[in-house]
Amino acid sequence: MKMFRIKGGIHPDERKDLAAGKAIETVPLPSLLRIPLQQHIGAPAVTVVEKGDEVKKGQLLASARGPVSAAIHAPTSGRISAIGRFVAPHPSGLPGQTITMRPDGKDEWGELPAPIDDPFSVGPDIIAERVAASGIVGMGGATFPSAVKLGLRNRNKLETLVINAAECEPYLTCDDRMMRERSEAVIDGIRILRHALGVERAIIAIEGNKPEALAALKAVCSANQFKDVLIARVPTRYPMGSEKHLVQTLTGKETPARALTADIGVVVHNVATCYAIREAVRFGRPLISRVVTVSGGAMARTGNFEVPIGTPISHLIDHCGGFNKEPDRLLLGGPMMGQPISSTRTSVVKGSNGVLALGPDETPARQTMPCIRCASCVSACPCGLTPFEMAGHIRKEELDAAVKIGLLDCIACGSCAWVCPASIPLVQYFNYAKGKLTAQQRAKHKQEETKRLTQFREERMERQKKAKQEAMARMKAEREAKKKADAEKKRAKQETIGA
Amino acid sequence: MNALVGGPHAHSGNSISRTMVLVLVALMPATLFGFYEFGWPAVFLFLVTVAAAIAAESFSLALAGKPQKPFLLDGSAVVTGWIIAMTLPPWAPWWIGVVGSFIAIVLAKHAFGGLGQNVFNPAMIARTVLLISFPIEMTQFLTPQPMFTGSSPGFLEGLEITFAGHTAFDAVSSASLLGAIKTQLGLGVPVNEVVGGSLSLTAMALGIVPGSMGETSAVAILLGGILLLATRTITWHAPVAMIVTMAVLAGLFQAIDPGRYPGPAIHLVSGTFLFAAFFIATDYVTAPATGMGKLIFGAGVAALTFIIRTWASYPEGIGFAILLMNAAVPLIDHYVRPRIYGRTRSGEPIRYEET
Ligand code: SF4
Ligand code: SF4
Repeated sequence: MKMFRIKGGIHPDERKDLAAGKAIETVPLPSLLRIPLQQHIGAPAVTVVEKGDEVKKGQLLASARGPVSAAIHAPTSGRISAIGRFVAPHPSGLPGQTITMRPDGKDEWGELPAPIDDPFSVGPDIIAERVAASGIVGMGGATFPSAVKLGLRNRNKLETLVINAAECEPYLTCDDRMMRERSEAVIDGIRILRHALGVERAIIAIEGNKPEALAALKAVCSANQFKDVLIARVPTRYPMGSEKHLVQTLTGKETPARALTADIGVVVHNVATCYAIREAVRFGRPLISRVVTVSGGAMARTGNFEVPIGTPISHLIDHCGGFNKEPDRLLLGGPMMGQPISSTRTSVVKGSNGVLALGPDETPARQTMPCIRCASCVSACPCGLTPFEMAGHIRKEELDAAVKIGLLDCIACGSCAWVCPASIPLVQYFNYAKGKLTAQQRAKHKQEETKRLTQFREERMERQKKAKQEAMARMKAEREAKKKADAEKKRAKQETIGA
Repeated sequence: MNALVGGPHAHSGNSISRTMVLVLVALMPATLFGFYEFGWPAVFLFLVTVAAAIAAESFSLALAGKPQKPFLLDGSAVVTGWIIAMTLPPWAPWWIGVVGSFIAIVLAKHAFGGLGQNVFNPAMIARTVLLISFPIEMTQFLTPQPMFTGSSPGFLEGLEITFAGHTAFDAVSSASLLGAIKTQLGLGVPVNEVVGGSLSLTAMALGIVPGSMGETSAVAILLGGILLLATRTITWHAPVAMIVTMAVLAGLFQAIDPGRYPGPAIHLVSGTFLFAAFFIATDYVTAPATGMGKLIFGAGVAALTFIIRTWASYPEGIGFAILLMNAAVPLIDHYVRPRIYGRTRSGEPIRYEET
């Protein structure tokens, strides 16, 4: 297959060997599951259970609210022991609404939606509905509700389905393992998705550093003579997993700024998502667990684990024998775009692809120096930005100038900061600025709203005042007229008398 | 454990000091050849200049209230001092090196705000100021006296030349090639006669000609340049643009009047040209950020050098050319920027066919 070159990108040290050889294991149920209601972008789900309820595995706990939300289901059977705010798996460590559940150990399935035995015979809407009901979100980390993406076929004319199996972040191997061990199911899921989107072909894009996964998927396709699934070996180059860059590598088409890949006819789903979709469609099983890579030089034992959603990270770490040395950094996700874990009491959620404990030799504990304008960041940026210049503007609080040269086009991939010889935390600058802009916008919006309301009130008062004045004037006029009339009458009377 | 540091949590391991060390390694061939060609006085002048650069850096840091350790260790001061030494007449007195280093570090670098903030290349500022202020000392070139040959000054004599301004060796001093061409042309001698004889092209390429300490050998400089390119410390844009532009301009004028204008080969291998192409025009701080910008920058430097060499009264124009182009860098960077992904050059979202 012909590949197209993309600009920029880097070759970080892969370190996949730490976990790539480890088959997916299941993790014993923890004594408590903490299930945040916000596991996707969009509005948090709304609870449909109450404290004290007994629930079965797969039962709906919270339903989606709004257009980009996703339902949440019980990962096992047990009792809801609390519903309240709890520290969320987010770097801020701020609390979010969370359902706490105590497993009963029986792990009993509840009633599930009927399996769809032949997904290729049902209409796309039925599949989309099932995917929505199963709470499936993009499992590569973006956590965009998958059903919404399936609905794109109503808006755009889609031509290609791209399966993102690049897994370009260092350390992470969960997708790799899934493709190796569950290749049949993965391909089945991809074909279901292809059918549901009504596109002709699906392309699985795998980085060249996963030859086993590539071979496994190829074997399935050729054994079954599936012509509708192509397998593409894409160059190992970070950030190959960025949707727009992946699509460009495969099709040569560049997605316009502010648009979706769907606008150029391509829709992208993560490979683990395809597996989850297949489980939902064929067996009615909602998304209640996922494969997580546990890795890093500070982990006593590394591996890939099938983990129930809501499992506390501390439980996972304990299961791996804890740390073999004090970790320098504890991350949720990969080292390039992952987030520091604010507390190990937070849980594995639908978007968690890795738990990494990095030792001091694996993390950059470096002195930040002034920018020497080496332009390495410019060459590394896959989005054609000038990171050092944007950072320069942000340092001087010139946010508008930074926006003008592309701040909002930054995908926060971190390539620039990775190459910077001065160790300038470029991404932190950008995140700060983006956050500040959002806050400003919100403030502006609020201000405008207040202004509108004030103006409205003033106008109303003005109207009232005017009405009152008019009424008074009318009354006065009436009074005068009456007086005049009275005077007239009087005079007429006198005249009559005088006559 | 620091839980709340931002990403990315991995790094290439590249650092400013690593970059500077690479530059120093790349400077090695030219430096060692310079030592060999010009003997002990060159070694002493080099040591003095580098030491003065470090002292000037430390002094400036103290003045600015900046920490000494990280900045002294970044290696940038050593590189500046080293490059200045390369551009000096090898038997110049010690104070030329000291004054040069102080001008470069204190005035051209720290007065602008220190590392990364300077607009002009410090070494070129130093060289140009020295050339204007001390024209005699700065144009005392000499025919190479390779070390360990009879005519090369010994260790003690070297000390005397550098530190006591000993003039016993004045007999060997001569003009640089470009100076010679300029003078002879003024006397009506055609270029080919000037270049003949002792000033053969081979000798020039190897560097067995009068000139500055580290700039005479095209071969040694190219070795260093290749190393910089191979380690991706520099990109090809500025050197290639410089060389190509100079070759085209010189070729064009030579074709017009071979008697008046020296050809491309002479322009390329003489003076500071090649050295500047690989070690000065590629200075991160004072060159444009994009490949396109670097091409423009390199072409501009070469064109200005050619103009100054040919029509102005300085035989060696590269210092001025670099400084002039340095001043144009903000402008170049403003207009020449990469195309943002998904946008046209003018910043609008690219258009796609509605699907
Ligand atoms: S990589 Fe770092 S030092 Fe180099 S230009 Fe970019 S921000 Fe400056
Ligand atoms: S983080 Fe932003 S600026 Fe830096 S390389 Fe990635 S897209 Fe470019």
